[in-house]
Amino acid sequence: MESKFYEEDKLLVLKITSEIDDHIVQEIRRRADYEMERYMPRKVIFDFNNVTFMDSSGIGFLIGRYKFANIIGAKLEMTNLGSSIKKIFEMSGILKLIPTVELN
Amino acid sequence: MFNNEMKLEFISKSSNEAFARVAVAAFASQLDPTIEELADIKTAVSEAVTNSIIHGYEKKQGVVKISSWLTENEIIIEISDKGKGIENIEMAKEPLYTTKPNLERSGMGFTIMESFMDKVDVESVVGLGTKVTMSKIIKPKEEKDEDDFKMLMSNN
Repeated sequence: MESKFYEEDKLLVLKITSEIDDHIVQEIRRRADYEMERYMPRKVIFDFNNVTFMDSSGIGFLIGRYKFANIIGAKLEMTNLGSSIKKIFEMSGILKLIPTVELN
Repeated sequence: MFNNEMKLEFISKSSNEAFARVAVAAFASQLDPTIEELADIKTAVSEAVTNSIIHGYEKKQGVVKISSWLTENEIIIEISDKGKGIENIEMAKEPLYTTKPNLERSGMGFTIMESFMDKVDVESVVGLGTKVTMSKIIKPKEEKDEDDFKMLMSNN
């Protein structure tokens, strides 16, 4: 995972650079929580551009981070969802909680 | 009846989830599936194998078995464990139902298997284990080309 913090906007971009399954998600979760705690951002954007595979662990991961973001007072957004990732998120209804945005 | 068959056995370590889905996908690729069909198969296998590892064996060590068969136009995948079994299969299949919310499990595993595969069958005996059998029709390339052609024509 690559993280980038934009101080002026208090924006944290977390780019996931691996597949997301039950095994790998444990490490991504630790890292995401660490970065969120470290920067205390107002907004966190998860970038899925480099995610080539995701199963339902991704849903649990995002719901967990959504709760954590609420605790620290941050908003959560997602960007660059591939078609199969989108299909899984649509099925779970998570897109109603966490909006997708365009990010360059 | 079957054109090809394969069997796979591995211990219930979560690091084997990626190995399992990639192995099945490589086997399925003999039917010349689309990228989307292949992604569906990988996801469904990942869900079933993860269930065996974290629910069936609850992180204790056990063996997960995968058997798969190919026909002319279909892949059948059977994933089984000798874990603790599922008490209520109907409830387990309910979207968002999970016995492990503390592990951030979403309860969407069976829902995903059922919508990504054409058929999913679950057999389970408490204390003995669980077997998930799922299948997916992979249309031959010519038919897909015909479908694309029809769609192209109807769009114009």
